[in-house]
Amino acid sequence: MDAPADIIESLPPSLREWFAERGWRPRRHQIEMLEAARAGRHALLVAPTGAGKTLAGFLPTLADLIESPAEGLHTLYVSPLKALAIDVQRNLMAPIEEMGLDIRVEARSGDTPSDRKKRQRARPPQILLTTPESLSLLLSYPDSFTLFENLRTVVVDEVHAFATQKRGDLLSLSLARLQHIAPTLRRVALSATVADPDGYRAWLAPDGDIDSVEKVLGEAGADPDISILLPEGRVPWSGHSGRYAAPQVMAEIETHRTTIVFCNTRGLAELIFQDLWKANEMGLPIGVHHGSLSKEARRKVEAAMAAGKLRGLVATASLDLGVDWGDVDCVIQMGAPKGSSRLLQRIGRANHRLDEPSEAVLVPGNRFEYLEARAALDAVEAGELDPDIFRPGGLDVLAQHLMACACAAPFDAAEMLRQVRAALPYSALTQEAFDRVLGFIEDGGYSLKAYDRFKRLTHGADGLWRVSHPRFVTQHRMNAGIIVDAPTLDVRFKNGRKLGTVEEYFAAQLSPGDTFFFAGMSLEVERIDVTDLVVRATARSARIPTYVGARMPLSTNLARRVRTLMHDRDQWARFPGDVREWLEVQQRRSVLPAPDQLLVETFPHEGRHYMVAYSFEGWNAHQSLGMLITRRMESQGLKPLGFVSSDYALACYGLEPVEDPAALFSPDILEHEFVEWVQGSALLKRAFREVAVIGGLVERQHPGKRKSGKQVTFSTDLIYDVLRRYEPDHLLLRAAWADARARMTDVGRLADLLDRAGGTMLHKRLDRISPLAVPVLVLIGRENVAQGSAEDALLSEAELLAAAAME
Amino acid sequence: MVPLSFAGRDFAARTDGTLFWPQRRALLVADLHFEKASWFARHGQMLPPYDSMATLRMLAAAVEAVDAREVWCLGDSFHDRAGSARMRAEARDALHDLTRSVRWTWISGNHDAVYEDRLGGDVVTEAEVDGLILRHQAEPAEARPELSGHFHPKIRVRARGRSVARRCFLASQSKLILPAFGSLTGGLDAAHPEIIRAIGRSAEALIALDDRLLRFRVAA
Repeated sequence: MDAPADIIESLPPSLREWFAERGWRPRRHQIEMLEAARAGRHALLVAPTGAGKTLAGFLPTLADLIESPAEGLHTLYVSPLKALAIDVQRNLMAPIEEMGLDIRVEARSGDTPSDRKKRQRARPPQILLTTPESLSLLLSYPDSFTLFENLRTVVVDEVHAFATQKRGDLLSLSLARLQHIAPTLRRVALSATVADPDGYRAWLAPDGDIDSVEKVLGEAGADPDISILLPEGRVPWSGHSGRYAAPQVMAEIETHRTTIVFCNTRGLAELIFQDLWKANEMGLPIGVHHGSLSKEARRKVEAAMAAGKLRGLVATASLDLGVDWGDVDCVIQMGAPKGSSRLLQRIGRANHRLDEPSEAVLVPGNRFEYLEARAALDAVEAGELDPDIFRPGGLDVLAQHLMACACAAPFDAAEMLRQVRAALPYSALTQEAFDRVLGFIEDGGYSLKAYDRFKRLTHGADGLWRVSHPRFVTQHRMNAGIIVDAPTLDVRFKNGRKLGTVEEYFAAQLSPGDTFFFAGMSLEVERIDVTDLVVRATARSARIPTYVGARMPLSTNLARRVRTLMHDRDQWARFPGDVREWLEVQQRRSVLPAPDQLLVETFPHEGRHYMVAYSFEGWNAHQSLGMLITRRMESQGLKPLGFVSSDYALACYGLEPVEDPAALFSPDILEHEFVEWVQGSALLKRAFREVAVIGGLVERQHPGKRKSGKQVTFSTDLIYDVLRRYEPDHLLLRAAWADARARMTDVGRLADLLDRAGGTMLHKRLDRISPLAVPVLVLIGRENVAQGSAEDALLSEAELLAAAAME
Repeated sequence: MVPLSFAGRDFAARTDGTLFWPQRRALLVADLHFEKASWFARHGQMLPPYDSMATLRMLAAAVEAVDAREVWCLGDSFHDRAGSARMRAEARDALHDLTRSVRWTWISGNHDAVYEDRLGGDVVTEAEVDGLILRHQAEPAEARPELSGHFHPKIRVRARGRSVARRCFLASQSKLILPAFGSLTGGLDAAHPEIIRAIGRSAEALIALDDRLLRFRVAA
C-alpha cells in the first residue's frame, strides 16, 4: 500500500524526485517510520523480506541529513552479519549517489584495516555500519564519549535473529551505554515477521518502557505457494533428509531461474549436494554453502550467486539471514522445517517482491516428517509463528561489557548499575550479582583472596573503578567478542591447500582411511595431526558425517500440531496413501495417542526388549532423557544396551523387558540423576569454555599459536574440574549452568514431559514392533549406553580392536 | 596399580599417573606445575587459585597409598622459577610437611631451572639411580635406560563412535616418559612429532586402569 499524497509531500524534494524518477512511491510503513522519527519516538518495524525494510530504516536519516546537513556521526547501523553491513552499504550508496548527496557511509567490522578504523574514530562518517561486537569495542575507547555525543539514531537490523541471544545481551548493554552518552538518541529496529512484536519493542526500549516504541507494521506479502514433494506419491519409512528425492529436486532446479536448497545441518548439505550432482544430467552450475567451508570458498559461491551464475545452491542456516542473493525464485527445504517462523523466513528468500507469491517445496524424509511438513504448512496458513523466548542476560556478557566501559573511563558502581539495569535483559539484575561480576573482573572473584597483587580493576579512594594497567585494556580488545568457535582442525590436502574446518570433536571420531563428504567432495583421511586433518580426494563412497553444531529442535507449536494431526482421523484424507495406511495399522495393532497422552510401547524385537516413548519434545530433550532413563534402567537391573532418539520419540533397548515405564519417568529423575549427569557431561564443559572466554577469564586461542605445539595454553575442562571441586558456587559455573539449561538441553521441555508423564502415560505392551516405532528404530545415530565405568571399558575395547588389527 | 616392567626392573603404574618402584619404595612423578594458576593471574588471566592445593592433596594421597620412602619429582615441579615465592602459606606448609616426611628430590626442569626457595628436599639437574637415568626431558642420544617427563603425553582413543582422551605413559626399549601430574596441566598428543623425535617411532602408550595396563601403538 502506498502512502497518502500529503505525507509524501513532507519528504525533502530530492528524495521525492528520486522516488518519482524510478516510478516508485514511498510505502506506507516507510512514511510511518519517517513520522515516528519526526515525533522523536523509537520505532520497531516488522515486515517481511522484500518490503523495503532497509530503506525504511534509513529514510529518516537521509531526510534529516538532506534538510540539515551536518558533519559527525549521525546514524549507527548494527547488523548481526558483517556481510549484511556490506550489502546494505551497497544498497544505501546507490540512492545517495543518485541523489548526489554529500553523505559518507562506511562499514566497520573485525575485517576493517586498522588505519581506517583509526581514521573512523578521528573523522567519523555520517553513517557507520557495524556489528554488535565492533560497537562494543568502539565503546571501550576513551574517545567514545565524543564520537557518540551527537549520535541521533541507531538502527538495529534483523533484530529477530539475535535479540534473544548473547549477542542481543551485548547490544542491549551497548544501547544503554549509548543512550547514556547521547540522551536524545533514537532507537530503531527492523525485524522479520515475528510472533510477538511487543517482546521486541520491550527489548528495544530504554528501561523496558514499551510505550516509547512505535510499532510499525509492513504490509503482508502475497501468501507463499508451498507444496510438499512426494516422488511417486510415496514417503519412505526412514531417513530424515529427503535424499531419496534428489532427481525431483534437480527437476525443480532445472525449471526455475535460481533455487536455494536448505538443509538442517552441514553434513546433510554435503550429502544432498553429492546426490544432486549425480542427478545433474544437464550439468547446471550448482554450489554448496555452509559455515565450515573456508572463507574463500564461501566468498566465491556468494559472488557467483550474486552475479546470477548459479542455478542451484545447497545451503544451511549460514544463508538464513537477509543478505540479498539476487534472483531466487524457488526455495526447497530438505527434511522437516522444525518451526514455522524459520520456514517462513527461509521461504522469504525467494522472490523479493511482495506482490508475487514465493514458491517453496518441502521434502519430508520420513512419515513423521511428512506430518511435520503438513503441520508447518497449516501453521503458515494460519499465520501461527513460533514464540521467541526472552531470558535474563548472561553474566559473562555483562563482565565483558563492564570491562569495555572500564577501558573507556573510570566508573562509579552505583551509576553503572543504573545504566546496566536500563537494558531489558538486565533489568532484574540484583546488586549482589552485579557486585560478583565486578569482583570477577577484578581478580577472578574467588572466595580465596589469592590475587590481591594482580588485580585488573582497582577501586580508588575517589570511589571509582578503573583498569589497573594499560596491558589489560589491550588484552580486553584482543579477546572481546561473543562468538566462541569450537576448537577446529583445518581440512587440507597434502599440498597444503585448505578446504575448510571441522570441529575437533568430529575429527576426533575419524581415523586414517575413513571417508567423509566435505566441500562437495568425497575425502579420505590420510592423517590427523595437532591442527590439520590431511585428506585426499577419493572415489570411494563416503561415510556420513555426524551432526556438526547444535541441532534445531522441533518447535512446541509444530509438535502440538503433529500430535493433533495424528489423532484426528478427519485430517487423514489429506495424507498420501502410505502415510494413511501407516496410521491405520498403528491404530489396529497398538493405539494412536490423544494429543495430551504420552504413549509408551514395549515390545521384543530382534532378541532385545524395546521401550519407545512418543513424547514429541525434540531431539535435544530426548537425547538428555535417553541418558537419564538408561541410567535408571541400569540401576533397576534392566541391562540397557542403548537408546536412539528423534524429534518425535525416544527408544531405549536392553536385555530385560521394561514392565513399569512409569517408574522410569518420574520427575525426581531431574533432582537425582540429572544434575549429576549434566555436571559431568561435555555439554556443561562446552558451555563453561564459552562463558570463560566471553567473561574474560581466559584468552582466546589466536590462530597460529597452537601450531607451535608448545603447551602455553591450558584446557578449560581442567579449570572447570578444579572450580567444581573447590568453588562450586563460582559465578562462571552459575553462568555455564544457565547457558546449558537455556540452550543445550531443553531442560524446560524435559521437565514438562516428566511432570505430565505420571498422569498421561498410556502403556501398550505389544508382541512385536509397531508401525509408529519403525521410523525411530531405523534412525542412525544410536547412542550406546556407557556401562559401569564406561570410559575404561571403551579404552579396553579399543585396545583389543587395535591389537586385532595389528595381527 | 598395575605391574609395569621397564629396563629389567619391576614398577607399578598408578591410575593417577605416578610410577611406583617397589624395590626402593620410591614414587616418581612428573610435571607438577605448582602455581600455574597464579602465573596466569599475574598476566591477567585469573585462573582458580586452587591448583597447587589440589595437586598437593593428590600427591600426598599417592605417597600415603604406597607408603613411599623416596619421592622423585622429574622437573617442572613449579610452573616458573618464581612459583615457590607465590605459593600461599597453606600450600607451603603442606608441601614442607611432605618433603620432610620422605627422602625428596627435585629434578629441575625447563620451567623451574633455578629454585628461589626449595621448600625442602634436594635439587639436582639429573640423577642416576640403580642404573636408571632420571631427568626432566628425554635425550634422544641417551643409551642408558632413562625416566623423564616434560612432554605431558596424552592419547585419544576411539571406539564405538566415541573418543576418550587420557594422560598416558610412553615407553620404548630404553625410555619411559611419565604423564603430567599437575591439576591444571594439559596434554600433548602422544603422536606429536616432538614426542616421536624424543622417544622414537616404536613407542607404546600405556594407560593404567585399576586392574590392568592398556597398551597402544603411538605412531601409525
